[in-house]
Amino acid sequence: MPGQTLAEKVWDAHLVHRAEGEPDILYIDLHLLHEVTSPQAFDGLELRGRKVARPDLTLATEDHNTPTQDIGLPIADPTSRAQVEAIRKNSEKFGVTLYPLGDPGQGIVHVIGPETGLSQPGTTIVCGDSHTSTHGAFGALAFGIGTSEVEHVLATQTLRLRPFRTMAVNLRGTPRPGVTAKDIILAVIGQIGTGGGQGHVIEYRGDVIAGLSMEARMTICNMSIEAGARAGMIAPDDTTFAYLKGRKHAPKGADWDAAVEYWRTLRTDDDAVFDKEVDVDLDALTPYVSWGTNPSQVAPLDSVVPAPESFDDPAQRAACERALAYQGLTPGTPLAGIPVDAVFLGSCTNGRLEDLRAAAEVLRGRRVDPKVRMLVVPGSDRVKAAAEAEGLDKVFRDAGAEWRNAGCSMCMAMNPDFLQPGQRAASTSNRNFEGRQGAGSHTHLVSPAVAAATAVAGALASPESLPAPVFAEV
Amino acid sequence: MEPFVTHTGRMVPLRRSNVDTDQLIPVRFLKRLTRTGYADGLFAVWRTDPEFVLDQPQYEGATVLVAGPEFGTGSSREHAVWALLDHGIRVVLSPRFADIFRGNSLKNGLLTVQLPDDVIDELWRRAEEFPQEPVTVDLAALEVRAGELTVPFELDPYHRMRLMEGLDEIDATLRHADKIRAYEARRPSFKPTVTAA
Ligand code: SF4
Repeated sequence: MPGQTLAEKVWDAHLVHRAEGEPDILYIDLHLLHEVTSPQAFDGLELRGRKVARPDLTLATEDHNTPTQDIGLPIADPTSRAQVEAIRKNSEKFGVTLYPLGDPGQGIVHVIGPETGLSQPGTTIVCGDSHTSTHGAFGALAFGIGTSEVEHVLATQTLRLRPFRTMAVNLRGTPRPGVTAKDIILAVIGQIGTGGGQGHVIEYRGDVIAGLSMEARMTICNMSIEAGARAGMIAPDDTTFAYLKGRKHAPKGADWDAAVEYWRTLRTDDDAVFDKEVDVDLDALTPYVSWGTNPSQVAPLDSVVPAPESFDDPAQRAACERALAYQGLTPGTPLAGIPVDAVFLGSCTNGRLEDLRAAAEVLRGRRVDPKVRMLVVPGSDRVKAAAEAEGLDKVFRDAGAEWRNAGCSMCMAMNPDFLQPGQRAASTSNRNFEGRQGAGSHTHLVSPAVAAATAVAGALASPESLPAPVFAEV
Repeated sequence: MEPFVTHTGRMVPLRRSNVDTDQLIPVRFLKRLTRTGYADGLFAVWRTDPEFVLDQPQYEGATVLVAGPEFGTGSSREHAVWALLDHGIRVVLSPRFADIFRGNSLKNGLLTVQLPDDVIDELWRRAEEFPQEPVTVDLAALEVRAGELTVPFELDPYHRMRLMEGLDEIDATLRHADKIRAYEARRPSFKPTVTAA
């Protein structure tokens, strides 16, 4: 028998039922819920008198609609409030654990799973949210589902699925200093396109991975969906185990030893064959930024806005033309130097402690350009507390940025944090779709370090391009 | 879910690739708690442009959307499917769909059919030249027919059967409840639960 890939091993370990001519029934270890994609699923259960099969494997949070300031007050927008009230009511009625706004466990659904140790190697994790791929950084098979599937998991703790195809993204070479996980994944999407991973689970491989922190791995896996993939995965290693050890829901005692022994088997066998393989060269990589309105429309920050004619494919050429018209950009304009109105640091892509540290590093001894509004939104309440414990909030405030409470915030602008029509932002989030950060808004996706440098310069900029920081005498 | 066997209707040509779910239904429409009532949200921003194809008089009442590749990328919001259905769209034809969108559509009885780029090009041309010409999407024969054009398509037999019968998938899965319980009995003790600290 030929060897198996990591994704195939995890799939097989969750197989409940397989029969000719129908999709497999796959067991789900962890089902995460948030307020936007769950109300109709709970309604469906109620309508048919069904229960939640495994409340103990189900966790709900409030993140998309929640305000990031004045969180003690009732939510002002009545429709947002209704959605948050619905998840509270449904969680209570169906016995599901909920981390509500204001609870120290609250945060973006893809930040709280890992930080509590629930996202573990070899588990299956689903959520009615496409960025569930984030949890694949732990060697979990984690993917987003629609509301009908949310209902199916609630009722049965399983899903009906055909096995995903497998794809290796081989990260070759060594990134230079200053190149981050965000730059790596933007370059990958730029190379393979928004449909490049369609139907596949991407496993990120290569020597570079051993040196990446769990936060960096999560950033990479998070954006797998932007390449069209069902999921992204990274084989667990000692970095993974060290991250998990001692966390709230990590195995303890003898269970820990048994778990680690199993987790060590979770790697692609040497003789396994992927359905698809691509190599991505990191040696020449420099910080990346998006110029268009889909996440494959990216380029090195030190290059220029491309011309539609530079694309051979007619669909890509047309997409470039449309994107430039929407973004208000002219081919040949240097990307560095495009002025911005706002900078958003946060989201499930780059809202973790390491991301805040990287941005604070750039902001120390510098000021945010007075024309720029910079919003810093920690990914979870725990991230917020940890950042405050090391004084990062002070760095952001001193620089002139706004320090907020946890949530999705300006990543999708469902709460009061959004851009005005025509405003341009550098954002550490994951999607640069038309209107994503507010109707008529323009988004440039960047890493936390580039976001901070851009806030200081008032225009897209790399940290290296900034004048030296000035520290007050002490 | 309504069974789907065959559908005949007029086409609306949407000459765009990467039609993402934020365009299909902008975020402000996601705050509702129901599965219906999303017609006003469909392409809400693009429709503020009076030139946008969906609202041109010749395409009024069209039920088959013909779009470019990477249709439905982005978020998992099933609202995108509900909005298309509420507007009256029953079939979307595209060279490639995003996986989650495709799964959502098939679960709601919105048929998504993948066709080669050149066929989509031809359908765009026809829809623009003969907007009144009907197209038939036949799930029993696995064929798309428009005028003298007949193109086969593929669909996973299970999804096809589910669509044609309008089957409730949860019921179908619960028939295997004993196997689910057996699986649970052999899950390792180190697997996490939300309730144990
Ligand atoms: S931070 Fe953005 S991408 Fe992540 S879950 Fe929230 S809205 Fe979705």
